[in-house]
Amino acid sequence: MKKTTYWKSLEELQQSTSPASSGEDLTSTPTPIEILSNNENDKASSRRDFLKWCGISFFSATVLSACENPVKKAIPYLTQPEELTPGKAAWYATTYQHGNEYCPVVVKNRDGRPIKIEGNELSSLTTGGSSARAQASLLGLYDDGARYHHPLKNGNKISWEQADYEIINKLRDISANGGRAALVTSTLLSPATQQLISHVQNMHPELEVITWDAISYEATRKAHIRFFGENVFPQYHFNKAKLIVSFGADFLGTWAAPAIYAKQYAETRKISKDSPHMSRHIQFESYVSLTGANADTRIVLKPSDEKRFLLALYGEMLRQTGQDDYAGTTISDAEFDLKQLASDILEANGYSLVVCGYNDPNCQLLTCAINQMAGNYGKTVAIDNQLMIGQANEESFGSFIDELRSGAYSAVMFYNSNPVYQHPKGELISEALKTLTLSISFSGTRDETAEACDFILPDNHYLESWNDAMFKEGCYSLAQPVIHPIFNTRQMQDSLLKWTGSDMDFHAFVRNFWTERLYPLQTEYGDTQGFWLNSLQKGIFERKAETTRLYNANYQGLPIAADAIRQLISQADGTELVIYPHLAMHDGHMANNPWLQEMPDPITSVTWDNFIAISPAFASKHQLRDGDVIRLHEKVEAPVLIQPGIADECMAVSTGYGRTNAGKVADNRGYNAFMLTGVKNNFRPFSDVLASWEKTGSGFQFARTQTHFSMEGRAIVRESTLDNYKLDPAAGNELHAYHEKHKLTLYPENIYEGHHWALMIDLNACTGCSTCVISCQSENNVPVVGKDEVRRRRIMHWMRIDRYYNGTADNPGIVFQPVMCMHCDHAPCENVCPVSATTHSAEGINQITYNRCVGTKYCINNCPYKVRRFNWFAYADNNRFDYHMNSDMGRMVLNPDVTVRERGVVEKCSFCVQRIQDGKLKAKKERRHLNDGDIVPACVQSCPSGALVFGDLNQKDSRVARLIKDARNYHLLEELHTLPSVGYLTKIRNR
Amino acid sequence: MISSNISQPLVTGQKQYGDITRELLENTEGRPPLWWLIAFGLGCLALAFGGWAFYMSLSQGLGTWGLTNSVGWGWDIINFVWWIGIGHAGTAFTIFFLVFRQKWAGSINRSAEAMTVFAVMCAGLFPLIHMGRPWLAFFILPYPNTRLLWVNFNSPLFWDVLAISTYLIMSVTLWYLGMVPDLATIRDRTKNKFKRTIYGIFSLGWNGSLYAYNRYETLLKLLGGLAAPLVISVHTIVALDFAISVLPGWHATILPPYFFVGAIFSGFAMVLTIMILMRKAFNISDYITWKHLDNIALVLKYGSLVIGLAYGIELFIAWYSGVDYEMYTFFNARVSGSFSTAFWIMVSCNAIVPQIFWFRKARQSIVVLFIVSILINVGMWFERFVILISSLAEDFLPSSWTSYQPTIVDIGIFVGTFGLFTVGMLLFIKFIPIIAINEVKPISKEGQRVTIKNEKA
Repeated sequence: MKKTTYWKSLEELQQSTSPASSGEDLTSTPTPIEILSNNENDKASSRRDFLKWCGISFFSATVLSACENPVKKAIPYLTQPEELTPGKAAWYATTYQHGNEYCPVVVKNRDGRPIKIEGNELSSLTTGGSSARAQASLLGLYDDGARYHHPLKNGNKISWEQADYEIINKLRDISANGGRAALVTSTLLSPATQQLISHVQNMHPELEVITWDAISYEATRKAHIRFFGENVFPQYHFNKAKLIVSFGADFLGTWAAPAIYAKQYAETRKISKDSPHMSRHIQFESYVSLTGANADTRIVLKPSDEKRFLLALYGEMLRQTGQDDYAGTTISDAEFDLKQLASDILEANGYSLVVCGYNDPNCQLLTCAINQMAGNYGKTVAIDNQLMIGQANEESFGSFIDELRSGAYSAVMFYNSNPVYQHPKGELISEALKTLTLSISFSGTRDETAEACDFILPDNHYLESWNDAMFKEGCYSLAQPVIHPIFNTRQMQDSLLKWTGSDMDFHAFVRNFWTERLYPLQTEYGDTQGFWLNSLQKGIFERKAETTRLYNANYQGLPIAADAIRQLISQADGTELVIYPHLAMHDGHMANNPWLQEMPDPITSVTWDNFIAISPAFASKHQLRDGDVIRLHEKVEAPVLIQPGIADECMAVSTGYGRTNAGKVADNRGYNAFMLTGVKNNFRPFSDVLASWEKTGSGFQFARTQTHFSMEGRAIVRESTLDNYKLDPAAGNELHAYHEKHKLTLYPENIYEGHHWALMIDLNACTGCSTCVISCQSENNVPVVGKDEVRRRRIMHWMRIDRYYNGTADNPGIVFQPVMCMHCDHAPCENVCPVSATTHSAEGINQITYNRCVGTKYCINNCPYKVRRFNWFAYADNNRFDYHMNSDMGRMVLNPDVTVRERGVVEKCSFCVQRIQDGKLKAKKERRHLNDGDIVPACVQSCPSGALVFGDLNQKDSRVARLIKDARNYHLLEELHTLPSVGYLTKIRNR
Repeated sequence: MISSNISQPLVTGQKQYGDITRELLENTEGRPPLWWLIAFGLGCLALAFGGWAFYMSLSQGLGTWGLTNSVGWGWDIINFVWWIGIGHAGTAFTIFFLVFRQKWAGSINRSAEAMTVFAVMCAGLFPLIHMGRPWLAFFILPYPNTRLLWVNFNSPLFWDVLAISTYLIMSVTLWYLGMVPDLATIRDRTKNKFKRTIYGIFSLGWNGSLYAYNRYETLLKLLGGLAAPLVISVHTIVALDFAISVLPGWHATILPPYFFVGAIFSGFAMVLTIMILMRKAFNISDYITWKHLDNIALVLKYGSLVIGLAYGIELFIAWYSGVDYEMYTFFNARVSGSFSTAFWIMVSCNAIVPQIFWFRKARQSIVVLFIVSILINVGMWFERFVILISSLAEDFLPSSWTSYQPTIVDIGIFVGTFGLFTVGMLLFIKFIPIIAINEVKPISKEGQRVTIKNEKA
């Protein structure tokens, strides 16, 4: 449409009619903007413009919206596997093992992926208990950052065929040239693997097997060789002991087989009106261990003093049995009444148990002698059906290092072993490896030793592998893959089979081993196939036969041992160092596991770091504060942590940290305490005289989950003594009766017509091991928040272990208390939520509707137990929280039955409501009532000591209904009349 | 013989009506002075800082704040309660004026009302942003929906929503209706067509007839009467957020009256601050006289006594109840312990410092008045800090005790609300007469005659 144009001056008229005069190049191509802005008529937009603008808007809107929301594919099975029902879990029995660690487990598989690990209830050793590390080992399966995805040669990807070809050639050359080869491994619990290796050795005599453990129990075996002439690690029966004396053995936390010992120990600690008996536990230790915290009497001694006490106890026993006291050490009564202890041990008449945690053969020999004199062998200690742990040989490893450096070896392979990190001479090993013809690491995850090897032939994760294990003689368990190998990895055993030219895979090998060697040991199954399938299903095979035998001890070595210890003591002067395995990190091979990193150390509540623990007296003497960084032996720099209950003039450091090549979670976190260990007389005793230490002047901040340690006189953990308990079962719990009597409320109490779920916690059985914490985290998709957020006190754990001190700072009493949502009948959180997002179920569960929650946090404030957790950030799919929930692989571990919570909502313990629903459905389908024990929340299932009991209060004969009437039962903060569904049984100490 | 009281003039300077109109419209008619522009710029800067902090907490999450697993409310709710408290004075003044016939309040209530409106707006921001998922904030309203979801009427937070929104609506209404005749005056005086249209719309066709005045006065009195209980209810309900809970230091029946008095106290202090600044900025000392400042100071002195009493009673009851947790919170956490600094700032600023107003000299010193008015609001902020944080950070189970440190985002949001408040007040100063001309004119002759009471004597 042509518009009439008006002009107001001649100039304007001329300009508009002769545009060329303005000097513009009319022939130039118009830009899109010019097209859109309509050159021919810039006065007003026409309909044409409108359509143009519409067009471009629609176009850009389409393009932009197409950029958003990446398409996520859910691909169904092309051919559905017969045994698999989507949404239905399948359970497979297998075995967690690594070096000396062992736990028979069952693995929950959902839609082909393992999502939860639980202890195998059929095992007579653990009866369903597990450890935090076994629970967390699941996450390692999905650690795509730390696991090797394929074989590597000098850091470059290589195919298995190529690797096999090169290695076989090199091995052949070495064999032909008379070279020596070594396989370095940690203690092998697997009999099939052992047989395979000896089979390989038969074919290749040049292959030496060097067994070496970072945390070794070799001295115990050596002592038994000297004392009984047998190379055994005895089995201890803590459950049979009336008096337990431990010299630095953290048998509930990290020493030998804690999951098994915790169960046995709890048996002697659970107490009821009908049997008011419990063991008495005396712990001599220099640092605060989990076991020490549970002891009835805890004596704090420097490591050298511990040995002095052990020696003096032995001397006292000699005297009291009328023998010549060649120990030559006495303890003044002011220090400790050893006479009484010695006579108590003798009086127990075989029902006492003395254990020693030092990897020192002399100390272990004394322990053997004490146990033998007390008549414990055959009753509380047995050398038949021994434990298979501690097969390492430090001496041969020492000479191996020397020979390696002198070039005596041509080929070295490492299996489950990381000496570059775990040995003080790691650097030297690493250097020596570079000069070898062939160095192979079978490590499935990144580690320091693998980094120094030519070939990395990644092993499967144990959940992808066939294997077996014999932890105790006669107690076998099978390991089967529960998922196809995720990456291009291969079992070490398969590699060995391949190299020896066998066409058999390790699956067939294990199967043959079991049917040939174990099948004849049983009578239950008439055919090998039935035996194999049943063993596979159960995961375990146990030979019942327990032998009784005579113990002929040889005391000849004892005077020498006593001399050696005396000499050791005389050398100890000044500050001493004690090195102990970290409860979560242990030897550090799972350091890249964020669940374990974030598991608060039950004693110190520190997460994500290790430290140098010192006593308050030592700190004030040297003017050290929490977080002051000091330098030890001019080797390691680490922050100090003031820990009440540590021996004065003693520093305690824990292993497992300071990894340098483990993955993004662990690298350069903490410091490596293995560097501080020394080899003395071919043993690594893990305690030493501290040569030097100095302040560096820098500071450090710990991320602790608890910073106030006094109960402030509040009746939070109620405690009494056995004597008082015998007089009155409600001893220490008088307040419960008082509050029950004086309770007053305006509101009617809730009535539950169906179920009324409740959880009872026996504080006497709980050791504080924190297995439940990790089990809960695994079951309920609890996010990892990282050190910074923990430091801001925002850990997301639904379950925590509170720890309080009483008494003096030199040697405080320590109590643990697991705290989760109390599911109060009169829940303070419920009535304050403005949107009714948190409500009470008809079965007494306090539940959160995440979709409804707007996040006012009022419920968090009003919860007296402070168990509610807020999603401060989006923890899933957020680069800021680059842990397992930030990658597709890591998220595979999530339990599909539990919502992953959004940013801004509140969450907390749900009593594992998904398990309750599952249990109810199962019972309904089977047309029966629920039985007591049908429903087991994750925490209860994992507890190695059976301290937690879950059930229905409305079921008259259920265990919880019985326990809640126990005189020891009380509720946390019961004076508030919140009517919790969680009850605690008072802690009773036998002192 | 009983001495006689002679009321002092409420407006000094022998003003004629014309003078009053001219003087009080100066700020709306002239160009904004330099200080206004500077202050406005600063206010906008603060607002921008707040905007950034707001954006951070919306985009990243409340993790950007200093809260912990135990301390679920921090600076957000402290600031909320603080601003709500400040927001009390305006309506209180209006009610003094309308209901209790305190004619001296007539020249103050406009600014005080403005202050209330902006303070409540600032306060209202916090309950919104303190939510984990503020985009679902509408869940908190009882709206009909097909899912049959309903709010929890037991929750004080829901009462809060009702109380605050009602209060905001009421104070805006009172403020706006009170300024209708003045808007009409501006409309009638202005020569700018645009301005005339805008003011014309907002003056609702006011014609100044006796008839209109009659209706208008009745309406205001009725609204004033209706607003009176709201002044009490708002802060009472805010107090119930705490009193309904189980926490030591929160769970106390004294909190509603205590919070109410505290609110009036802090609100009056803020009015005093603003009046002093306005007297400095504008030539209005004839309208807001020494007498006004003196009266406010006396109210502050009285408030301070009541607050001091409340502090004392809290401590006494904590001891008298014999409850360990209460004892710990008051004596170990507040009086001495982790929060003692904040506690003693609170006590000295609120209960001790205002006692200086027993001296007439202090009440007549602008410097003293100004400093004390600021100190009171500092003290009142710390009062909320002490109540909130000490009870949350150290409650029942010592295992969960934490410390609390605000972050830059916490501070940013607080500064942002100052920006909002400043910008709002400056816009108010620019476009609306800061003193109600229509209220001042009837009282301008008051007190110029000598009135002798107690004539019997």
